[in-house]
Amino acid sequence: MGVEIKVDNLSKSFGKQLIWGDVSLTIPAGEVSVMLGPSGTGKSVFLKALIGLLKPDTGSILIEGTDIASCSEKDLYAIRKLFGVLFQDGAMFGSMNLFDNVAFPLREHTKKTESQIRDVVMEKMDLVGLIGAEDKLPGEISGGMRKRAGLARALVLDPEILLIDEPDSGLDPVRTSFINQLFIDLNAQIDATFLIVTHDINTARTVPDNIGLLYHKHLAMFGPREMLLSSEEPVVRQFLNAQTVGPIGMSEEKDADELEAEKDLDMPPLPPIPLQLEPSNGIPRRSQREPGGWCRDNGVTPPPGSFDHKMSMTTGG
Amino acid sequence: MSSITASRVLAPVGTAGKLFAFGLDVARGLFKRPFQMREFLQQAWFIASVTIIPTALVAIPFGAVIALQVGGLIKQFGAQSFTGSAAVLAVVREAGPIATSLLIAGAAGSAIAADLGARKIREELDAMMVLGIDPIQRLVVPRVLACMLVAFFLNGLVSVVGVAGGYVFNVVLQDGTPGAYLASFTALAQLPDLWQGMVKALVFGLIAAIVACYKGMNAAGGPKGVGDAVNESVVISFMLLFVVNFVMSAIYIQLVPPKTG
Repeated sequence: MGVEIKVDNLSKSFGKQLIWGDVSLTIPAGEVSVMLGPSGTGKSVFLKALIGLLKPDTGSILIEGTDIASCSEKDLYAIRKLFGVLFQDGAMFGSMNLFDNVAFPLREHTKKTESQIRDVVMEKMDLVGLIGAEDKLPGEISGGMRKRAGLARALVLDPEILLIDEPDSGLDPVRTSFINQLFIDLNAQIDATFLIVTHDINTARTVPDNIGLLYHKHLAMFGPREMLLSSEEPVVRQFLNAQTVGPIGMSEEKDADELEAEKDLDMPPLPPIPLQLEPSNGIPRRSQREPGGWCRDNGVTPPPGSFDHKMSMTTGG
Repeated sequence: MSSITASRVLAPVGTAGKLFAFGLDVARGLFKRPFQMREFLQQAWFIASVTIIPTALVAIPFGAVIALQVGGLIKQFGAQSFTGSAAVLAVVREAGPIATSLLIAGAAGSAIAADLGARKIREELDAMMVLGIDPIQRLVVPRVLACMLVAFFLNGLVSVVGVAGGYVFNVVLQDGTPGAYLASFTALAQLPDLWQGMVKALVFGLIAAIVACYKGMNAAGGPKGVGDAVNESVVISFMLLFVVNFVMSAIYIQLVPPKTG
C-alpha cells in the first residue's frame, strides 16, 4: 500500500547556480502524482534527489521515518529497496540481455531459485509487452522497448514507490497512451506511490491524481489534478494549456518588454478538464476520486464542458 | 577576483583529495562480500587480451635498445662480457615495470575509463545504485584487482622478452658471445631486483586502475565527457606512474645494497 514521501524545504544548487529552492510537498501514499516543468527546471535533479543520488543543500526528504537527505549510505541502500526507478533512457545494463537485466535485482536481493526468477521476470515482461525479446541486448532494440524493459526491471521487486523520468520522451503517441494506461492499471494493481516527471501535457492532464509544477527555481504549485487544471494562476494556466501568452518565455522567463507587449492580450479561456484515465478492467483504484469532486468541495466552477465522456483529449490554446 | 584565483589554484588539490578518497572507498569495498569472482575473471581476461601482444612487441625493442646503447658504451671500456648483466639489470629493474605501466595505463586504463564512462552517462551506474548495488564494490574492486594481477604477470613477460631481445641483438648484431651474455647474468643483478620489479608492477596496476575508474565514474556531459575522461585518465596515470617509479627506485637503491664482485 504505497509509502508517503514528505519533502520539506529542499534546495539544490550546482556551484553558484540555484536549481530550485524551498521545495516543500507531500506526495500522498498510493496516489499517482506528476511533476511538471519547462525544460531545464531541474525536474530530473529533483527525482535524483528523491532517490539520494544527489545530496540536496538544505531540507529533508522523509520516507518511512528515514531522511534520505542526511541518512548514512547503509540506510540509503536499504531504503532504496522500496523504490523502483525508470530512467529516461531505461538505463539498461548494456552487457546483459533483457532477461538478465530484469532478473538482476531479483538475483541480487532475493534468494529465489532460477525457475522462480524466470516466472517473475516473464510475468513482468508480459506486463510491458516484451515477451519474445528477452534474449536481445539493450543496444539491439528501440528506445521505446528499452523504456518498457526499464519499467519491467523497476517492477520486479514490487516497489512501494515508483519514480518515472519522462516516460513519454521518444515514444509515439499511441505507445505513450498505452504506457499511461499501464501506469494507471499498475497503480490499481500494486497500490504503489507513483511520481512521474514529464512535460507532456496530455499525460499531465489525464493520468495523475496530483500535479506539481516546478518553475523559475521553485515549486509553483502542488495539489489535486482538478485544482491545477482549474487554476487561474498565470504560470500554471499557461503551462498546463501549452500557450505562448503568460510569464514563461522561450528562455525561462520573459523580460519586462515582452510582458508589456502582451499586456493587453487576454489568456484564452480555460479548456474543459478531461476525465481521468481509469483502470482498463473498470474497477476503480483505491486513490481514485470522483470526477469534479474537488471542484465541488472547494466551490470552484470547472470550465464548461468538463468531465464530458465524449470529450477528446486535445489541449486548448 | 582573488577568491576565483585561489579556487583555481586549489582545484588540483581538491581533485587529488577526491582521487585519494576514492582509493580509500575501493580499499573498503575490497572487504565487502560477496566478492565478484566472475567480474574479476572476465576483467582479468579482458585486460590480458588487450595488453599481452602490445607489451611483448614493446619489450623486444626495449631490450634491444638497451643492448645496443650499453653494448656500444661497454665495448669502449673493454667490458663486453658484462653486456648481459647490464641488460638484465636495466630490463628487470626499470624497463619491465615502465613498459608494463605504460601498457596497463594506455591499453587497460583507457578501456576501463571508456567502459565506466559510457555506463555513467547512460545512467547505468545510477540505476545500479538505485537497485541497491554499490558500483565500487561491484565494478571497481574487480577491475582494480584484475589490473594488479595482469600487471604482475605482464612484468614477468616484459622481463623475459626484454632479456631475450637483448640477447638476440647482442649476439647477432654486436658480435657478443652467447656464453658471456648468459654467464654475466648474475654478475650485477640479484634476486631483490626481481622482487622490486614485481612490487612496482603491482603498485602501477593499482594506480592505473584507480585513476581510470575514478575518471570513468566521474565522466559528465555526454559522449564528449567520456572521451575527456579517457584522455585525462591516461595522462594522469602516466604522470603518476613515472613519479612513483622514480620514488620507488630511489627507495630501493637506498634499502638494497648493490651487488659487488
